[in-house]
Amino acid sequence: MINRAKTLAIVIALAAFIGGWQLGHNLDNPAQITSSVGGASYSGGFQADGNELVHGALPPRSADAIGQTLIVNPGDSIQAAVEVAKPGDTIRVMPGIYTETVYIDKDDIHLVGVIQAGERATLDGLGKLNDAILYSGNNILIENFKITRYKGNGIMSQAGNNFEIRNNLVIDTGIYGIFPQLGSNGLIEHNVVSGIADAAIYVGMSDNIHVAHNEVFDSVAGIEIENSRHAIVENNYTHHNTGGILAFITPGLPIKTTYDVIIRNNFILDNNTPNFGAPGSTVSGIPAGTGILVMAADDVIIEGNIIVNNKVAGILINDHANASGLTLDPDADPNPDRVMILDNVMQNNGYDTIDEVRAFALTELHTGDIDIFQIGPTEGSCIINRHRYHHVGIGDFADCDFTNTDNIHSYLLAGGAKPRVIEPSERGEIAYLGVCTGCHAYAGRLIGPAVEEIQARYAGNPEGIVSYINAPFKIRADYPEMPAQNYLDAETQLAVARYMLTVKN
Amino acid sequence: MAASTLATLSTTHRDTFSRGWLRKLVCHLVAIGGLVFCGMATSTEATVDPTEAPIFRLADQCPPSFSLSEDNRCLLRNLYQLYNSLGDHGVGGLKTALPTHRDGFTPQQIDLGRLLFFDPLLSADNSISCASCHDPDKGFGDGLGRSVGIHGQRNQRSAPSLWNSAFLKDFFWDARAHSLEEQALSPLFSPIEMGNNPQQLITSLKAVDAYPTLFEQAFSETGGLSLDNLAIALAAFQSSLISLNSRYDQYAHGNADALNQQEIEGLNIFRSFVARCSQCHMPPLFTNQQIAVIGTPEPQDMTRDIGAEKTFASAKLRGGFKVPSLRNIAETAPYMHSGRFATLREVAEFYNGGRGHAVPEDEQLLLHWHISEPDLTSSELDRLVDFMRTLSDSSLRPDIPRAVPSGLKTLNPKTLNLKTLNLKTNKNSRRES
Repeated sequence: MINRAKTLAIVIALAAFIGGWQLGHNLDNPAQITSSVGGASYSGGFQADGNELVHGALPPRSADAIGQTLIVNPGDSIQAAVEVAKPGDTIRVMPGIYTETVYIDKDDIHLVGVIQAGERATLDGLGKLNDAILYSGNNILIENFKITRYKGNGIMSQAGNNFEIRNNLVIDTGIYGIFPQLGSNGLIEHNVVSGIADAAIYVGMSDNIHVAHNEVFDSVAGIEIENSRHAIVENNYTHHNTGGILAFITPGLPIKTTYDVIIRNNFILDNNTPNFGAPGSTVSGIPAGTGILVMAADDVIIEGNIIVNNKVAGILINDHANASGLTLDPDADPNPDRVMILDNVMQNNGYDTIDEVRAFALTELHTGDIDIFQIGPTEGSCIINRHRYHHVGIGDFADCDFTNTDNIHSYLLAGGAKPRVIEPSERGEIAYLGVCTGCHAYAGRLIGPAVEEIQARYAGNPEGIVSYINAPFKIRADYPEMPAQNYLDAETQLAVARYMLTVKN
Repeated sequence: MAASTLATLSTTHRDTFSRGWLRKLVCHLVAIGGLVFCGMATSTEATVDPTEAPIFRLADQCPPSFSLSEDNRCLLRNLYQLYNSLGDHGVGGLKTALPTHRDGFTPQQIDLGRLLFFDPLLSADNSISCASCHDPDKGFGDGLGRSVGIHGQRNQRSAPSLWNSAFLKDFFWDARAHSLEEQALSPLFSPIEMGNNPQQLITSLKAVDAYPTLFEQAFSETGGLSLDNLAIALAAFQSSLISLNSRYDQYAHGNADALNQQEIEGLNIFRSFVARCSQCHMPPLFTNQQIAVIGTPEPQDMTRDIGAEKTFASAKLRGGFKVPSLRNIAETAPYMHSGRFATLREVAEFYNGGRGHAVPEDEQLLLHWHISEPDLTSSELDRLVDFMRTLSDSSLRPDIPRAVPSGLKTLNPKTLNLKTLNLKTNKNSRRES
């Protein structure tokens, strides 16, 4: 039965080929053999630093910015060290078991586990704690930890820029293993992540990200690039997940796009693990057996991967309309445009696919293995050497006019994402109006004394104001004591003091 | 009754006096205040003799936190302007810029908007003002769960807080309006809210001595008194309701001591991927401004509100509502679109109750993917509440005008709501005679 169907399909395919050849069509012409060695490189993508050799995502610490090294021993609290650490400091955590949630709400902290003869600094959530490491600061390094048995995330950042997450083992840890979100310029490399109920490595709503040399397995999604831009996923080993590598747009999020993603030189093998994602989660819809999934993402290049033994499809490309369970979002473009498939090694994919894929394949009279499956509208997509693969739905794909991405080394930003530049005068006004005027009117008493009175007291002496706001003391018996404003940095403190002395109403 | 109302009003005014960003204006109004209070003593507080109508002067300074530009516009300044946000989307973590906001109104427009906001003349029967449902003493909500319009009509949804509405891009629970101006007009003309119509509204504003003049002051180049300018003035006032100096904000800007250990624990639960609160209530505004279907139950006497299904004509958004900001959330109980939950603790328990646990069997909702089974402990729920309470800041609360140009009583909404709900016979007492 199966043999007969295959034979039939081959006969039809041959007939189609001959028909195409006779009509002079070039759309599905196996004679179009393109060498990807030394051909044209991709000319699109993030341009700012793409041609520059960028090493890492952390800005180098200048000599005067290098702080202290704090040592944490078993029995100590890592968080206690974080609390006393100042930007520029390094926290070294000695091998042993630590059961805590570490959160870093300050900039430029390097949190480094020490590995001694294979023994690691281990964060163990005992199945009770929510997250192992949370951070919101910029210029954060998380390195060399073993993380296990947390309910939520292994490592999560919210809006931290310029981060490196390296050489961590994240095992059986909740929903996401490594989850940077809403940040720019990050490197995730040499991590081993397994047993995760959503994505082992999940890059959410981020820009300029590099994910390389990680091993991810036994998870629902291996590596997920969601609503993010300028990301490279390369040289990873993703195996025995439900889906290997994903690039997609989830509708309903505040940042609506995914584009400019390169997925290259990864091993994507045996991703047939039954889906154990939480009901309703986005990844719970991934069919078990998906090598690469591109949903609604644009400008995705797939190159040089070894994609083998994924039973639904090696590469699955779809729009939002052909996915189930997604919300409506008129602001998110539902179609995957400009998907570019260069040379990949694909073997034995789609051998036991799902009914929906099989049914659509039959409309093209395709049966049997499926390396590449595309469904739904797509514009500007292309492929080279399509004759090598079992493919469905790529009849509209053009032949790419380039064969490699050799000229793109990285999308990381040379020198890191820059903080906002605020002139001192503007800084003073922002802090004065944003903070001081809540309690001080120019004339007359509000909660604190009038600015006029403060000006008289500190005329020509902004440093006096700086000194006072760092350590306020009671001057007027009938006024409440002012809370210290020492959280403002020194530059802002002086700027606001100077500004306060100049306001006129 | 009148005496106790008077006492309440006086207290309120003493309190708000000390806030005083419109101190200059208030000084002009001292005489009016006297009139009003005299009137109250003789039980004619709803009217001020037009022949003695005082001259209102609009503020020429911006509210605090705003910088007055050379072309007389108020520009918001806050510490979040020291930061970036990814793609300028205004969502992120602690030191992240806010979403783009509305500002640039003149001090006069903002101040005129304030008078209008508190003036019951805007409702069909002069019984309620904007402030009746958006009470500064109740986080610019009304504490009712489901708001009450003219003639004691109960609405289906709760009055959203107006704090920080300058940062929002869509308005109403179902996201059906897309500007403050568009929003402002809708309740005025809704038959179950303020019940007015454009013609009556303009006619009644023109009939008040002060308004044509005040509109002329605030909108000298754009035609003075008009419906459009009324909407702009209300938008201008709402854009000045800024709450960005909570203890949470101090923590975010770098004061590690601004929150205690329990509150920080709450923050960490809030942003953890177990509870996932911050995935929709994203800092720094504590909303991602998206629609979410979360499947909260309605009050027992109410059928399911389809919410954004109507706005977007899509069953996928059935029962979906705009994610509200959590700033000042502790001030705006009860909670959710129809006020089903009385406390923040109940809200936290709802999210912990399991995906879809409150959705009736016969109801088809496409629940949001972050509605899960977080399995938080009781003490973790308490910590979440502790954290949400750190988001309160009313330091820039505007003054309630001591009098409004119509001469109608600037209603104390607390008294109003009590009367509307419990003393229906008393309705006429709030009408202009």
